[in-house]
Amino acid sequence: MKMNEKTIYLDNSATTPVDKRVVNEMLPYFNEEYGNPGSMHSKGLTGQKALDASREKISEILNCKAEEIIFTGSGTESVNMAIKGIAYHLNKKLGKGKHIITQKTEHHAVLETCEFLEKEGYEVTYLDVDRYGMVNLENLKNAIREDTILVSIMYVNNEIGTIQPIKEIGKICNEKGVLFHTDACQAGNYLTLDVEKLNVNLLSLNGSKIYGPKGVGLLYIRRGVSLTPLIHGGGQERRLRSGTENIPSIVGFAKALELATEERGTENKRLEKLSQKLKDGILSTIPKAFLNGHPENRISGNVNISILDVEGEAVLLYLDEEGICISTGSACTSKTLDPSHVILATGMPYEAAHGSLRFSLGRYTTEEGIDKILRVLPRVIKELRGLSPVNLNAEDFIEYLSEENKKISLGLEVKQ
Amino acid sequence: MSETGMRTHLDVKAKVEGNKWFYNDIVREHFFKPRNFLKDEDEAMEYDKVASGVGQVGSPACGDMMKMWVKVDEKKDKIVECKWQTFGCASAIGSTSMLSLMVTENGGIKIEDALKIKPQDIANRLEGLPQRKFHCSVLGDKALRSAINDYFKRSGQNDRVMVEGAKIVDKILKITDKDIEEAVLEGARTLEDVQKKTKVGAQDKSCIPEVEQLIRFYTEKYFG
Repeated sequence: MKMNEKTIYLDNSATTPVDKRVVNEMLPYFNEEYGNPGSMHSKGLTGQKALDASREKISEILNCKAEEIIFTGSGTESVNMAIKGIAYHLNKKLGKGKHIITQKTEHHAVLETCEFLEKEGYEVTYLDVDRYGMVNLENLKNAIREDTILVSIMYVNNEIGTIQPIKEIGKICNEKGVLFHTDACQAGNYLTLDVEKLNVNLLSLNGSKIYGPKGVGLLYIRRGVSLTPLIHGGGQERRLRSGTENIPSIVGFAKALELATEERGTENKRLEKLSQKLKDGILSTIPKAFLNGHPENRISGNVNISILDVEGEAVLLYLDEEGICISTGSACTSKTLDPSHVILATGMPYEAAHGSLRFSLGRYTTEEGIDKILRVLPRVIKELRGLSPVNLNAEDFIEYLSEENKKISLGLEVKQ
Repeated sequence: MSETGMRTHLDVKAKVEGNKWFYNDIVREHFFKPRNFLKDEDEAMEYDKVASGVGQVGSPACGDMMKMWVKVDEKKDKIVECKWQTFGCASAIGSTSMLSLMVTENGGIKIEDALKIKPQDIANRLEGLPQRKFHCSVLGDKALRSAINDYFKRSGQNDRVMVEGAKIVDKILKITDKDIEEAVLEGARTLEDVQKKTKVGAQDKSCIPEVEQLIRFYTEKYFG
């Protein structure tokens, strides 16, 4: 990356910087109020108070009881705790079924946990999604069996930003008497986290996507829902997650969630405008490009675009040279040899997945930043397309696009 | 720190670094400032007219595609120019660029030497690629071989044309040695790995010893 230039960070779905207001809130808990809430002395008590206050603050936002919140070490840990914890409790302990339902576009935290459970003898149904990345409610209903113990569907997809109908899914699960968990890690900045409105039994959330610290997450567990703990020890967090509470991070997490909730309305409006500008700018200047995901039903900060004839990692690195940080669904940035499982699940061909770029805007994204991308990206694409022996026919991709995306995408009339 | 302590520390470090995908300066140099490439379709069409041979491997669906042109000094049996176009990541672009340099530097190299170049040789000249990106660099030598083969055909040197026909190993599923090669390049190292990718030997058990030999062969060829 070039020095002396301000970085344009458009990878907020990967992680966000910690807001200065959050940092300030956290600082005293590192070396002033460092007590362990498990200690009986006054230092311990201060820690306990900070922990209680944070839990209280978050419970107001989630519209739940404070004791329904269990702090963990990450979103991934929360997801593991929810899925394995429920599976072990209901199946191993209570002898209930061993069937779990999820969907193909989940985060690896969910998918890998489910695959792990499959090896242990559980059965998992991975529901298909449509071309927008939406799960079909009828399919879900039909997939629920007598022995289904848990449904886990993410609130917002991390790659394409598609919002799932959590409320309706929750209703179906309630009616069928199946527990429902949602991974809400990508939703905190944009959508309500009110667990009553959402009809969820379990909800995972983390700090590092909402301008809070990394290494802290939570699992909301509705009263009456029991699960087997994965981490044993001193019995913290209602014996469900042992380990000395990470007070500075929990305090920061609560502050971050509070800020995100307060600023949600104005931020959504601001980001929608910027996303629109970015999307329109790219699709109107770069031929053979199209939008992935849903045209409207997506979070305001997500723009995911596939550009044909170029490979995502190459674009990412050329942009990085210009001080612009994005991410891609190309196979080349994954640990496996396959490109984004999310883009593929929406029915797009491999070619489109290799050239998919995710721009995730955030609190510090400015219009100047978007302008710069719109200046730099067409040049980078032109350069890499020049280098590329591939010249795909955009018409061949039309069939994969939704009507809405056809109208705004492909830039068939755009001249390079 | 004790010597043993140091060694443990280094082992741990090496393992961690193996998982990274950051590129070193040489790869970056060849990626950001590639050598010998044809910068657009027009240049490619022009060069088509003067090239001695052209070859292409890969596909946009698999994430890498390379096209290579060679110009040969027939008398000296030497490659004098090597041009290319690549669709792919930094590893793919960087390694094609380096390969084009390797075959043309110091006045070019003999065709027989060019045919001996292995992916590992390119990676070595690049002073290493991130482990998980190695597979993106294995098409360059194939594209080069394919271009040289094209030159053999065009220049009527039929005796030198390499027949790279795939040989069927698993007679029921019609799985070829190419499929095994592909699986190894994708990271499979054991029979079980390869079976996961190809289902080879699922029904035709008689081919398993041959498959095991092929896995060893290709592992050594590309990663040995």
